[in-house]
Amino acid sequence: MSTTLAIENLSVALPQGADRALALEGVSLTLRQEEILCVVGESGSGKSMTANAIMRLLPIGVGVAGGAIRFEGRDLLALPEAEMRHLRGSRIAMVFQEPMTALNPLRSIGDQIGETFRTHTSLGRAEIERRVLGHLEEVRLPDPRSAARAYPHELSGGQRQRAMIAMALALEPTVLIADEPTTALDVTTQAQILHLIRDLQRKKGTAVLFITHDFGVVGEIADRVAVMQNGRLVEEGRAADVLDRPSHAYTRMLLAAVPPLAAPPARPVSAETALNIDGVSKTYQTRGSGLRKRSTLALDNVTLSLPKGSTLGIVGESGSGKSTLAKCLVRLLTPDTGAIRMNDVDLAHLSRREAKQATARIQMVFQDPYGSLNPRRRAGELVAQGPIAHGIAPEDARARAKSLFALVGLDPTATERFPHEFSGGQRQRIGLARALALEPQILVADEPVSSLDVSVQAQVLELLKQLRARLGLSMVFITHDLRVAAQICDRVAVMKDGRVVEEGLAADVFSAPRHAYTQALIEAIPRRRQPLF
Amino acid sequence: MTGFFRLYARSPSALVGLVLLLLVIAMALTAGLFFPKNPLALAGPPLLWPFQDAHLWLGTDNSGRDIAAQIFHGARISLLIGLAAMALAITIGIILGALAGFYGGIADDILMRITEAFQTLPNFLLLLMLVAVFGSTLTTVTIAIGLVSWQAPARLTRAEFLSLRTREFIQAGRTIGLGDATLIFREILPNALPPVIVYASVVMAVAILLESALAFLNLSDPNVASWGNLIGLGRAVLRTAWYVSAIPGIAILITVLAVSLVGQGLNDALNPRLRGR
Amino acid sequence: MRVLALAGRRLLSSLPTLLIILVGLFLLLQLAPGDTVDALVAQMGGGDQKLTEELRRFYGLDAPVAVQLSRYLWRLVQFDLGHSAIYGKPVASVILERLPATLLLMGSALSLAFFAGIVLGILAARKVNQWPDTLISTLGLVFYATPSFWFGLMGIVVFAIKLAWLPPGGFETVGAGYVGLARVLDIARYLVLPTLTLALIFLAIYLRIMRASMLEVLTLDFVRTARAKGVAEQAVIVRHVLRNALLPVVTLIGLQAGTMLGGSVVVESVFALPGLGRLAYESVVQRDLNTLLGIVFVSALLVIAVNFIVDLLYARLDPRIA
Repeated sequence: MSTTLAIENLSVALPQGADRALALEGVSLTLRQEEILCVVGESGSGKSMTANAIMRLLPIGVGVAGGAIRFEGRDLLALPEAEMRHLRGSRIAMVFQEPMTALNPLRSIGDQIGETFRTHTSLGRAEIERRVLGHLEEVRLPDPRSAARAYPHELSGGQRQRAMIAMALALEPTVLIADEPTTALDVTTQAQILHLIRDLQRKKGTAVLFITHDFGVVGEIADRVAVMQNGRLVEEGRAADVLDRPSHAYTRMLLAAVPPLAAPPARPVSAETALNIDGVSKTYQTRGSGLRKRSTLALDNVTLSLPKGSTLGIVGESGSGKSTLAKCLVRLLTPDTGAIRMNDVDLAHLSRREAKQATARIQMVFQDPYGSLNPRRRAGELVAQGPIAHGIAPEDARARAKSLFALVGLDPTATERFPHEFSGGQRQRIGLARALALEPQILVADEPVSSLDVSVQAQVLELLKQLRARLGLSMVFITHDLRVAAQICDRVAVMKDGRVVEEGLAADVFSAPRHAYTQALIEAIPRRRQPLF
Repeated sequence: MTGFFRLYARSPSALVGLVLLLLVIAMALTAGLFFPKNPLALAGPPLLWPFQDAHLWLGTDNSGRDIAAQIFHGARISLLIGLAAMALAITIGIILGALAGFYGGIADDILMRITEAFQTLPNFLLLLMLVAVFGSTLTTVTIAIGLVSWQAPARLTRAEFLSLRTREFIQAGRTIGLGDATLIFREILPNALPPVIVYASVVMAVAILLESALAFLNLSDPNVASWGNLIGLGRAVLRTAWYVSAIPGIAILITVLAVSLVGQGLNDALNPRLRGR
Repeated sequence: MRVLALAGRRLLSSLPTLLIILVGLFLLLQLAPGDTVDALVAQMGGGDQKLTEELRRFYGLDAPVAVQLSRYLWRLVQFDLGHSAIYGKPVASVILERLPATLLLMGSALSLAFFAGIVLGILAARKVNQWPDTLISTLGLVFYATPSFWFGLMGIVVFAIKLAWLPPGGFETVGAGYVGLARVLDIARYLVLPTLTLALIFLAIYLRIMRASMLEVLTLDFVRTARAKGVAEQAVIVRHVLRNALLPVVTLIGLQAGTMLGGSVVVESVFALPGLGRLAYESVVQRDLNTLLGIVFVSALLVIAVNFIVDLLYARLDPRIA
């Protein structure tokens, strides 16, 4: 297969004051005809920057410091802007990560796809309309006609991404760059979009540069893989070679950090119940525009139990109600009906004062490492606040904070620093310390590792496993990522549209799912399907 | 502190604003030094043009009072009223906005209704009426200006509280047992204040402009040397002695400009991400 | 049609606001020292106790506050704004006489401020941090800091007194008997300075907001998408950035409507225009309660009307609203 796009020794410089001098350092990649090249790396690896460099859409202040990008016999970096513009959208096209914000909210889908034609061709309106409909059909949008007339906010996330793909492939480009196009989507939708991209690629023979952080995706669709770290290319080769026999230490570390999809054998579990969730329902009343009230059923008669000392995983996609359930457990929300019993005390029906005492024993770890810590408080204070609010003397509370820091693997002298001085993984540890400060019996973890890089994710999961063994914690672990759930949960409950559709031992649910939705969910997880040659 | 000043000083316009503001403050502080006599006392022949007399270097007004003295003493009035009215408006605004934004529900509805009422009614008309009812002393004028200026800080504070209330660190505070008062004052408020503080400069600038407009219409305190009063006086002699109106107007312009530039500089320094905007 | 229903619903919800304003101000004015009768009597050069009581009874000012308030509200619903003691005419006719001047002034000032502010804001954003931007932003700041009445006076000094290009005040050439187009042009000449004066500060505000809005929108994702499609920079600005950037400015018009009406009080005083603003000032000074409340009522209606139009406009621009 011949080379379509060749990046030669590309270096990109960051503006002064950034955390490193070069965003990309001497990167050389080739993209061949009719193949999917996956560029994989963690945050800060420079993978998105590579895509932006090819399109010459680098942010202000960031500039090319050396190298060349050869396409159809020319160096893209040396082209005048007007010629580069001719190539964008017609020969080289790009699909972005966030479909909601990547489309102009004030113009219809059909108008925006049509713009590609209007910019690069001189076709008439009727012809453009015909082609737009054709492309919308090609990306398997139900009812292409109304989709063309619709505005972005009227479509779902998956539909918007399909529209973006239709827009990118409208003029049959030679190269398609996809920058994490499925990361913001639900697992099942993600699977559909991945297959769509692969099918279209096979049909049209487009060369695809697919950027991702997920090795499962790499296994699912890549023909060739390139691994990046801190702006450098560390490994490159055919997918089977890199996945089976990684040569670079970093690649090996990344692959090891990806949780496998099979659950470890079940641990012995106590017969006592730590938490009983009984028939909990919750409806949200949102005031729509004006006087109309819209009600959404977030939780529908959920019944689950958490054995003492074990971990119950709650998995589901967005809108399944798992976050609502988590918030009900720690009394951030009050359920409409049902009971949540811990040691025979119904948490859902306590008064505010009683709840304060009771909820000391059930604490929460949050998802966003950047939003869950008050930026204006020192890290130690954040951990000591809880005990102080419950009557512990400040000096004792601070001493406890220091020992908790040590427990979660942080330097005890770091309690004087502010949150912004810590990394994402470290901030999650601080959040964990904060939750443990009140010596709870039950820990509710709401997507605690979803915002972390995969290597950091593995560390935090390992920490959680150690802590639960040491402190005898019972855990409710909420996640959308089934791989993570498989690793840390003893029992798993699958939720959809506010209902529990399946519940059982992790090993059972993953190896022999009974409900159709669970089966679809597991099937949708990106992974290597068959050995590649 | 020095780090902050260095951030602030990166913008040339912010520095210009600071210099101008310091100049005006200096005028206010040294008014008693340079012009120890009552500024509203007769000082010379009426309608003397500037630069004619070494002692009366900005000339005299219709009654023969020293214009330069009135400018310097007027600085005190403008800055005083500006600061006091701003403090009143910001305090009311923050309290109401915080309560409405934090508790939502009925408290929020009531606040929104009241804010809407204040917005539908032209605030200058309300100011006129307050002054008509309560009189035109310095105190009543200041309080009246404060009373018509609290809506924007309230709306700003409410918006900040609404957005911060749902942030995870506040939810975390709830789960570890922090009470409402602690959450409002020690967790949310310090994060909500910066944009409101910056807006305070806008409120102050508007307060100075409102007072001068009232004075121009003879509705402010006639017994103090205010810039607006002077402009109003100068209106009668616009054809022949237009400087009587021109000079105090320039003083107002410089002061309001200075306050605005300082406010903008503060905003840029507090949000370095938005620099270059 | 959903758009109209939406705006209509907003209109209905402004009725309680109107009520709050009227009741609140009515009660406020009860605290005023001296009422219409006192002012009348003073105008007449003094009178005895009996006369004052007679007059009070005649104007219904002797009844308890609650009764006066309910009487007033009842009349209001029938659009009877009462009688002006000072002008000796129904308040409604006094206001109607003065309304055209204010509407004309506000309309032209708003249009000037809006269009000039937007154009300058776009220019400044396109050449951000280069000399056109610095110039425009500085001018904007200076305009914002300039007291409007002082600007009006200086305008009179320069254009009416020194250069004699424009008239120093008034609404039209009195006694000249112009009709049709000639009259329109004549009035236009008289309105040039007042319009500029009133528009000044709002021009500065719209300029700043438009500039900031453009810069903000330019960083949004869909602009990057448009560039990735190969759309030329000019087309990106016109077809993608502009409409999105206009939204906050349009909202602002509604929010600032009341402020502009307030500003007209001062401008009409400076240029001796026969408008509502000056009428309000005179009513305050002469303690003409009825007229003042009538003006407040009409102003509030005007502001509500402007907000209604703004809502319709916004809904046309932004399909997410309906």
